[in-house]
Amino acid sequence: MIHRECGILKTTYEADMALYPLPIAKYAVAAFAVLFFLIVPLMLHEYFLSIANLVWIAVIGALGLNILVGYTGQVSIGHGAFMSVGAYTAANLATRLDAPWPVNLLAGGLMAALVGAIVGIPSLRIKGLYLAIATLAGQLIIEWTINHVTFISGGVQASIEVPRPRLGPYVLSSQHAMYYFLLFFVVVAIVGTMNLVRSRVGRAFIAIRDHDIAAEIIGINIFRYKLLAFAISSFYAGVTGVLYTYYLGIANYEQFQIGVSIDYLAMIIIGGLGSVLGSIFGAAFVTLLPIVIRYAMEAFSGVLFSQATVHNLIPALRLTLFGALIIVFLVLEPEGLNRLWRNIRSYFRVWPFAY
Amino acid sequence: MGDWQFTALLLSNGVLIGLMYSLIALGFVLVYKATDAVNFAQGEFVMIAGFVAVGALTVLGVPLWLSILAALVGMIAFGFALERVMLRKLIGRPVIAIVMATIGLAAILRGLGPFGIFQGTRPLPLPLPDEPFVLGPLFIPPIQLVGGLVSLLFLAGFGYFFLKSRKGIAMRAVADNQQVALAMGINVERYFGVAWAMTGIVSALGGVLWGNMLGVDVNLALVGFKVFPVVILGGLDSIPGAVIGGLIVGIVENVAAGYVDPFVGGGTKDFAPYVLMILALMIRPYGIFGKRIIERV
Repeated sequence: MIHRECGILKTTYEADMALYPLPIAKYAVAAFAVLFFLIVPLMLHEYFLSIANLVWIAVIGALGLNILVGYTGQVSIGHGAFMSVGAYTAANLATRLDAPWPVNLLAGGLMAALVGAIVGIPSLRIKGLYLAIATLAGQLIIEWTINHVTFISGGVQASIEVPRPRLGPYVLSSQHAMYYFLLFFVVVAIVGTMNLVRSRVGRAFIAIRDHDIAAEIIGINIFRYKLLAFAISSFYAGVTGVLYTYYLGIANYEQFQIGVSIDYLAMIIIGGLGSVLGSIFGAAFVTLLPIVIRYAMEAFSGVLFSQATVHNLIPALRLTLFGALIIVFLVLEPEGLNRLWRNIRSYFRVWPFAY
Repeated sequence: MGDWQFTALLLSNGVLIGLMYSLIALGFVLVYKATDAVNFAQGEFVMIAGFVAVGALTVLGVPLWLSILAALVGMIAFGFALERVMLRKLIGRPVIAIVMATIGLAAILRGLGPFGIFQGTRPLPLPLPDEPFVLGPLFIPPIQLVGGLVSLLFLAGFGYFFLKSRKGIAMRAVADNQQVALAMGINVERYFGVAWAMTGIVSALGGVLWGNMLGVDVNLALVGFKVFPVVILGGLDSIPGAVIGGLIVGIVENVAAGYVDPFVGGGTKDFAPYVLMILALMIRPYGIFGKRIIERV
């Protein structure tokens, strides 16, 4: 049946926790599957597909960070560094041992989870601002280590080329192939996160976020769950790093510097903290923003600036707009794009009638 | 040069640089003390102060004292305006909101750099000799000496302000408990503005001094990364803590750079303070002089 509910009419916990709250949700998911698996890859040009691929990579990373920041309430400014751990683990395995991509992906994720859990240890004693600074230190120390230990970084340039992933006899080298490759992991990540946050573990995370002392009193082992949150979040980050390395064909620490950590924080704040849909919105928004800016600047460039200065100004303009958007969302809509979407949806829920 | 002479040189350099770090860290501490807000854009404050000073000096061509004054006035106005427009709306929100807001502010300021009135790195010349003073084994660059002295002067000045003056006592009351301060008839919001303006003053001086040492461009903001180890070591809300933290960070990074850099090929300067900071967070998260209000969960 294609109908929407006209209020919250749930009578059981099972109904409240269901993945598909209404039959229409199933149809919507099926429609999106058709859209993204068939229509988008067949309609879009190679260049736009490469942008879509960047969005998919960002979605996985943003979901991971949202598990930690949005659901567990632990601030982390080290997400980019965890990605680099995954990326360099995979790159080293791929070039030294000639390992296939599933091994690299898993190893990258696990290594990042381990490092993330270690960086998360201070969270047991400190929180809020102090934790933010501690994870910032983690970011800078990991960056420095990768850059200075040639065993990891593979030389002065600190970049390692990796072979394209292969699936049986096929080498995934075109953007089309990468699109399906990445989309598979996006689906896994989304379903994984949705199931995680409605499970026992996810509810423990939310309890810690809402009130850590109360959570401890009702029997949640804070030590375990905080580290688990760091580990899971970093696993996502590591996988993101590996996928990004495969997408670029090269592991380079410059792709994972502190700016990236801040980008991901911006994604989840603009998208909406503690929401799967928000992570997706935010990832798409932040990834597409510089591209839209570039088109706009190139369109108007002749009017205001010369062509050469435009190229210098784009990164600066992106940074400025980006900062402004973070502040605007924080001040005006703290719950992000997800909230805007919910407002739109609830307006149309009973649409022709006011109530 | 003997071994102890090398060490003495590293130490003296560390002390002076450390005092200059203290000056910038003071900006962070002042805001945190009064308003409980954390400023992740402290380095960018220093950067735009440098931009204003150099812009006035080279583009408008005004004399040096006037350009320093312009930086001071500009930063005070900026501090007041920022509190009014952005931070007042975020009072009472979770820490991550304020952290992200100041990170966003940092992004805006850094992004606006290339749109400024000049491109590239500009020097900020102060009327100081280039040759270092030679004191036995020590070589002391005049700018560092002046920087250290200015830092000490301001640290003492702010210390006096907080301990003795009426406004300073009011600010301490605001920092201690906003509701009680309100009940005592203190205009809390005005003192929030004053705190940000005071950060502006400190940042303006930091901008002039660091701008002279490093040259003024967008990278001047990177000095802000040194603020966190300094304030964590000293304690987030303590002015003497800023001094001690600055000294520790200055000495540690210089000694580490002097002894470790030859083995790892540079970069220890940026790395060592953060290792120290992690240790401090594990052992004594509230810092040497900070208030022990950290909850343990």
